[in-house]
Amino acid sequence: MTIDQTENSMHETHSREVVVENEQGLHARPADLVAREAQRWESRIEFVGKAQRVDGKSILDLLTLAAEAGTHLVVEATGPDASEALDAIGSLFEQKFALSEEKTRTHTNNTKQEEQISSDSAGIKAATCEGVAERNTNS
Amino acid sequence: MKFSDFVSVDAIRPCVAANSKEGVIREMTQSLVDAEKIAAGEMDSIVKAIMKREDLGSTGIGRGVAVPHTKHPSVSRLVGTVAISEQGVDFESLDGEPVQLFFLLVSPPDRPGDHLRALENISRQLRDEAFCKTLKEAGGPQEVWRLLEDADAQSIAS
Repeated sequence: MTIDQTENSMHETHSREVVVENEQGLHARPADLVAREAQRWESRIEFVGKAQRVDGKSILDLLTLAAEAGTHLVVEATGPDASEALDAIGSLFEQKFALSEEKTRTHTNNTKQEEQISSDSAGIKAATCEGVAERNTNS
Repeated sequence: MKFSDFVSVDAIRPCVAANSKEGVIREMTQSLVDAEKIAAGEMDSIVKAIMKREDLGSTGIGRGVAVPHTKHPSVSRLVGTVAISEQGVDFESLDGEPVQLFFLLVSPPDRPGDHLRALENISRQLRDEAFCKTLKEAGGPQEVWRLLEDADAQSIAS
């Protein structure tokens, strides 16, 4: 999914290698963090895996890499801020996306969650697909 | 990993009734209990774990799609299901759009690779807007299942 950015194509492409170092691989949360970081830069940013080249600014694209722990990827940046973008993305990988998965989980604040859990989840009145909704909730 | 490797046909809900994030998650988890893919006694713990994951950042990945998920020790293999909301549900998505299409995944904690491959399959297929559109319009569980099977067959062919 390469977007044609004529302005960026005037710039030289910079590239560097990154390694997925966290145990769980490039799953949804790190992919989200990487896409957000990539979106901060003007340059076109692409990740090159074994068999594909994807848009680094798209979480869907990054997830299609299915990059497990230990995977080496090449990041290419083309644009006026290419070198800075690569540094920022590279350090995100080096910090294992700054998330310690198990720790982050236990440290989650429960207050919001308790609130949501106590709210009634049935929401049956909103059913617009009538027969089906009824069958589902009664089963 | 294909859809048919982890989606339980009996747990597909083409017309989800809930209109809140937790409501949808609860309804989908219940559908997996009903399909005997997860134990009834684990339901609350699984819903709680999925909500906890949502607190870290919404799994609404844009385009009206969300992938609520968690790892949970009560499952020995990756189980998942699909739900569709006709009117859409606010899921605090990255793009702010209401979510109509949900893929819920519960994976064993020691199989991160399977989880990644399921996400890979879902995101690859969902890049196809026509696929998203037909899926959102599917009328019954069998139709959803057929669309998923077609997508599986195409990804093998390509």
